[in-house]
Amino acid sequence: MMLYSDLFFWLFGGLIPLAFTAYMVARSKALGTEQDGSRLHSLPGYYGWYAVIWLALPAMLSGLVFSFIHMFGLFSIPAPMLLGTMFTIGGAGLWYALRHIKVDFRARESVEKVTTAILITAASISVLTTVGIVLSVVFESVNFFQVISFWDFITGTKWEPDTAFLIGAGRDTVGMTPPAFGAVPIFAGTFMITAIAMMVAVPVGLFSAIYMSEYASHSARGRLKPMLEILAGIPTVVYGFFAAITISPLIVKAAHAFGLEADYTNALAPGLIMGVMIIPFVSSLSDDVIKAVPQDLRDGSMALGTTKAETIRHIVLPAALPGIVAAFLLATSRAIGETMIVVMAAGLRPNRTANPLEGITTVTVKIVEALTGDQEFDSAFTQSAFALGFVLLLITLVLNIVSTIVVRKFKQRYE
Amino acid sequence: MSQPEIFTDARMRKRMRADKRFKFYGFAAIALALAFLVFFFVDIIGKGLPAFQQAEIQVEVHYSDATMNNYNNGVDRQYKSLVSKTWLRHIPNQMRDHPELMGQNRVEWVLAENRVDQFLKGHEGHRLKEKYQKLINQMQEDGTVRLVFNSGFFTKGDSKLPENAGILASAIGSIFVLLLTMLFAVPIGVMTAIYLEEFAPDNRLTQIIEVNINNLAAIPSILYGLLGLAIFINFMGVPRSSALVGGLTLALMTLPVIIIATRAALRAVPDSIREAAYGLGASKLQVTWHHVLPLAMPGILTGSIIGLAQAMGETAPLLIVGMMAYIPEAPDSIFEATTVLPAQIYTWSSESLRAFEERTAAGIMILLAVLLTLNAVAVKFRNRSENTW
Amino acid sequence: MNSEVIENTLTIRDLKLWYGDFEALHGINLDIQKGKVTAFIGPSGCGKSTFLRTLNRMNDRIPSCRTEGEILLNGQNIYDPSVDVVQLRTYIGMVFQKPNPFPKSIYENIAYAPRIHGMVKDGPEMDELVESALKRASIWNEVKDKLHQPGTALSGGQQQRLCIARTIAVKPKVILMDEPCSALDPIATAKIEELMDELKEEYTIVIVTHNMQQAARVSDYTAYFYLGDLVEYADTHTIFTAPTHQKTEDYITGRFG
Repeated sequence: MMLYSDLFFWLFGGLIPLAFTAYMVARSKALGTEQDGSRLHSLPGYYGWYAVIWLALPAMLSGLVFSFIHMFGLFSIPAPMLLGTMFTIGGAGLWYALRHIKVDFRARESVEKVTTAILITAASISVLTTVGIVLSVVFESVNFFQVISFWDFITGTKWEPDTAFLIGAGRDTVGMTPPAFGAVPIFAGTFMITAIAMMVAVPVGLFSAIYMSEYASHSARGRLKPMLEILAGIPTVVYGFFAAITISPLIVKAAHAFGLEADYTNALAPGLIMGVMIIPFVSSLSDDVIKAVPQDLRDGSMALGTTKAETIRHIVLPAALPGIVAAFLLATSRAIGETMIVVMAAGLRPNRTANPLEGITTVTVKIVEALTGDQEFDSAFTQSAFALGFVLLLITLVLNIVSTIVVRKFKQRYE
Repeated sequence: MSQPEIFTDARMRKRMRADKRFKFYGFAAIALALAFLVFFFVDIIGKGLPAFQQAEIQVEVHYSDATMNNYNNGVDRQYKSLVSKTWLRHIPNQMRDHPELMGQNRVEWVLAENRVDQFLKGHEGHRLKEKYQKLINQMQEDGTVRLVFNSGFFTKGDSKLPENAGILASAIGSIFVLLLTMLFAVPIGVMTAIYLEEFAPDNRLTQIIEVNINNLAAIPSILYGLLGLAIFINFMGVPRSSALVGGLTLALMTLPVIIIATRAALRAVPDSIREAAYGLGASKLQVTWHHVLPLAMPGILTGSIIGLAQAMGETAPLLIVGMMAYIPEAPDSIFEATTVLPAQIYTWSSESLRAFEERTAAGIMILLAVLLTLNAVAVKFRNRSENTW
Repeated sequence: MNSEVIENTLTIRDLKLWYGDFEALHGINLDIQKGKVTAFIGPSGCGKSTFLRTLNRMNDRIPSCRTEGEILLNGQNIYDPSVDVVQLRTYIGMVFQKPNPFPKSIYENIAYAPRIHGMVKDGPEMDELVESALKRASIWNEVKDKLHQPGTALSGGQQQRLCIARTIAVKPKVILMDEPCSALDPIATAKIEELMDELKEEYTIVIVTHNMQQAARVSDYTAYFYLGDLVEYADTHTIFTAPTHQKTEDYITGRFG
């Protein structure tokens, strides 16, 4: 019995030699027609590719159609039969193509048309991805918001979903506390950690960028920049481990030394580490805009007898400000959406507090919590993850679009 | 003599101090970031290095009928708690495979239990009972306990017993997922970039695609997990936790990175080259294929490597599509439940046993080594391409 | 010393300059006289702009650049280690080839440096300084109603006069001008040339120009540079009517360059 998983192997295993044969046959046929007198319109290779396209495209398309039908559970056919059908359709395509090959046939134009079509298809996948993300969060969120009103979700201050899964399982009892999905304490946690992260990332990142673009020699810059970029290349799960295992206990100890109480799931540890992670992000974006400030302006300022620091502070930074703001917005959106660090180092308990030493939780933690257990997919609890994701998507999109507009304005100014 | 005007006055001295201070802030910022980097690596390596060694103890193994019936009889009672449960459980199997062992008593070096291992390495929180501590100290004097290179870490999959847990299954899972990501993301990403940069007319659709790609690059990775869960798993029926769903999800996430890098590489190819080729009567496809793409190749490779390295370290979306399951065996196909290296690190890090902490750190060392190598290769390519023109 | 007879603002002695291993200036000796306009002419790449930039040490910004020799400002070597290069530039200001107003308001463009130098306090005093600088640069009438609009919104010629006003506001002794009109149209150029004529009463002006007519029109003295050498230096009339060197004559008569 052939499995569907083997299908790929047989399909490509069969298609590649077939395609090669088709190429050679079509090419020699084209060259053969040439001997009758006139010259071929296109290079012989194009006739080969023309045949390959007519072989592979119908075969793969039919395979795709069948697999969609299979996925939606409409009906399935046995794998060998499917394979046979695909090769038959491919063969028919090839036969059709070979009939076409004549000396005056414009193979190149056909091949180029198909190639362009394939390129357009590839490009539209990125649009489909966005559509997919939007649809996937919107669909589930709509279900969620039918149970919990959007207003209650956005303004509610209590997040107690524990009984939701009982309802989802149809086991709700009279007198049971209804689940509460007030997202305010969760967003409060996200914003607190983001704020801590930005307090680390913005000054360090900005001053690093200033040092590298204005002070460091070319060679020093060449060595420092990749080193800083290592910080961005460290996986977030690694930062999460580091925050939870190394930094959190340090903070608890330090707090204790000052006579303060700190939770092991405090907001400070993930916030600080997230800030470190974002440093290269802020610094490289700021570096770009600082370098985009024309050298003329620096010369103009220095020629008036100002120091380098004065020139940077009063001329370069104000000129680069829009770009720096954009970097700040992008970095914020990255911090808000960061997941692993908070999943590993922050807590699970929603907590509206201004004390960074207390345990807090965030939007992304709640999404992971709701979707990684053995929950019923239809319960309001799992759907709440999509609702949170929906708000997260909105926030990051707005931040990103605003920063794009700001950057575009900035670039226009110095063109 | 004229007034020494261009020598520093008091106000100037103050300004110069401010100037120096400002420069120092910049220097301090970089120093701080680099100091963190050093602290981070020292800490991780310090935590992870011991995991590359594993304790073994020398005991007499009884290959007898009693052992066949109950593996606890395989070693003398006093050693039972010192050897690894996995190894003990394995003795009857071993006897089935090698019938000639039956009836023998052999002195062998065997895998020690994790508390022994932690005690030997001097870690706090080893939780080894007092009486066993004495026994181990005694054995140390006798030379019947040792630390050897932990080859099991590289040849075994996950386990609930730390002394038996290794990264092989997750490493193979990572390779599966990464290959799939590469297979989907690189061709589609490069084709998209070629279309946008070389073929696309400047119309509304093209602009929408462009804005869209930039937005995609900024979307938090966890949302790709939601996409994978809703579209791939629930809608299309791709098996949960499989390498296929992980690869597809990461491919979509990596796509914008590859597109943006490839476009930059294509844009860096001077127009004069395109014009020269057009001038010789080449078609658009020929110009792109024969002239532009080869020149843009280093940049495309750099972008692809960086994108794949990012995908390799990514965890959040994979948790959502179920790749954090306990998976002790390496997968055979892309439809089977699989785990990946970062997900393995995540699951180990939430284990409470002290011995898992060093394994987590060791896993991190491996992951970082691979990622840093990939990035170094990418930087090499980038530097080489910068020298071209 | 005969400094009472001819007063030199800048005295350059054996100035050599290298970019890395390349020697761009081979020992320049030159006296720049106070209250006059001195023009540097020569074919492009002859070192005239490089030389101008050594006069207020703007070339310090280029890491591979190295100088030897002396430039004396009122008897002090400006390359002496004890000299504060930042302070120096308040004595020797510079106007650049491309107008480079700061992306700030017209008022702030002028007030920026005086404020940093602590010359006057913000308020009426600063208003007065801004007004007088703009007046000295003959741009006051054009901008007095829009002092708080961005300086970058002005026309090219106005921007350049704004940059001159900005330089004047610091009250320098010498103003260096690096092809100040090359990016401007003839009318704007005429205005700047007129302005130079007024300014030389108060300031020593050194101008680099690729335009010989301009040199002939505005300058009192002219120096001809060729391949890093100062070929000839004399009063402008002499240079343009009776040059001593063949190379100078070839250049002036347009036989090359």
